[in-house]
Amino acid sequence: MPYMQRDALIQASQFQSTAARTPPGLVVQQLSLSYPGNGSALVDINLDIPAGAVTAVIGPSGCGKSTLLRCFNRMNDTIEGCRYSGAIYVGDNNVLAAATDVTALRRRVGMVFQRPNPFAKSIYDNVAYGPRIGGIRRKRDLDEIVERALRDVALWDEVSDRLHTGALRLSLGQQQRLVLARTIAIEPEVLLLDEPASSLDPISTLKIEELIYELKHTYTIIIVTHNMQQAARVSDWTAFMNGGKLVEFDETDRIFTNPVERATEDYITGRYG
Amino acid sequence: MSEKLSYKQHISAQFNAELDAIKNDLLEMGGKVENQIELATEALLQTDSEPAEAAILIDRSINRLEVEIDEQCARILARRQPAASDLRLIIAIAKVTTDLERIGDEASKVARVAIKLAPVQSPQPTELRFRRIANHVNRMLRQSLDAFARQSVEQAVKVVLSDADIDDDYHSAMTELQQAMRTHPDHIEYLMEQVWALRSLERIGDHASSIAEQVVYLARGVDIRHADNEGLRNLIN
Repeated sequence: MPYMQRDALIQASQFQSTAARTPPGLVVQQLSLSYPGNGSALVDINLDIPAGAVTAVIGPSGCGKSTLLRCFNRMNDTIEGCRYSGAIYVGDNNVLAAATDVTALRRRVGMVFQRPNPFAKSIYDNVAYGPRIGGIRRKRDLDEIVERALRDVALWDEVSDRLHTGALRLSLGQQQRLVLARTIAIEPEVLLLDEPASSLDPISTLKIEELIYELKHTYTIIIVTHNMQQAARVSDWTAFMNGGKLVEFDETDRIFTNPVERATEDYITGRYG
Repeated sequence: MSEKLSYKQHISAQFNAELDAIKNDLLEMGGKVENQIELATEALLQTDSEPAEAAILIDRSINRLEVEIDEQCARILARRQPAASDLRLIIAIAKVTTDLERIGDEASKVARVAIKLAPVQSPQPTELRFRRIANHVNRMLRQSLDAFARQSVEQAVKVVLSDADIDDDYHSAMTELQQAMRTHPDHIEYLMEQVWALRSLERIGDHASSIAEQVVYLARGVDIRHADNEGLRNLIN
């Protein structure tokens, strides 16, 4: 089946209530990837990421976890000479297919990075940015979307009286929640979180984790984190990667109490590798 | 089958030291409890109250170790947030400590019976069986602690399976005591004391078995508390 056309996709997302829908799972098949001059970054990854749940990807630095995450919305395309093979299905669509409309894909698969990156615009305009590009013009509609997104990320009560002040004046924790609001304002189906709390203080971190818990009913969430306790707290499933390979994938409860692989055991208990 | 527990060192040397310390304290507690049972059963069989007094004295240091080990468990959970085999170790230690403390209580009960019976020349119809049961539960405890120290699933499962071996002796001893009560109704008070002591020994066997179950949880992450014998044998075959 060909990838959905961008307009159809935007239309579909506008008329679909986020509460009623079921987000898709992701299926990774024989995914390998190499960077120029760096050898293999990902080696034959096969993975079924469950829908409407939080999957954490953990592993030591350089294990390929961020690279894997960036495959899901084709962010690696920006790296010259990066080559990949295999398939990643989001629902019925192979993300890696040449015909995939990458812009439409990134609306469907939203991403939040380690450092909050709000635009140098007002809080309101940050959240309304995506919907405006999607063709929504009426102020009342935009107001509604902005309020709902800010409420979903538990930021509304803190900023509702200053929606038109600059986003960069918010604290780092608030900025990260704003970025999350901006991401979900266009109603993606999958959320990719790349170390979303690593630049935040403990309280802001807990707020982000609480949000992840709330959002997982509406989105399929994949989080890359260095913080193993965070992975244990927020995720339903955990993938442990090492050396570009998927070592073990299982329910988080099992990974953190009785993993099958010795390498997983050594990593999560903090033993010498 | 080799166990997949890692014997590599933690990156944190301090964490290694904390885990070693708590394991050592647990084994020290186990050693004290073994000693206590030996003293209490000897006191009963020799009708000598001196080892019984010693057994009761040891109970205090066992209680103190229970509190100390529990505190260490809480501290490690709070500060280290252990996972996988480390987490299972802390959970197992907390449960084993409780079993050891209860064994200590049962051994004290036996010791108190010994003190009561020492000055009395009451009939002891069950001496042979009593000695067998005492030896058996003491061996079970020693082997379960040894299995814990070596994280040996095979040895632990054998301890659990051997718990049933006490039953025959236990029921025969109870029958003999009932007969003795009928024959010597004037000694019922003292014979009842022997019933309590016997019951305490049987409970010690149950706790030793429970310690062995924790060894399997620690080494394999499998909870065998309600497994049947066939399931247990499958673990070691």
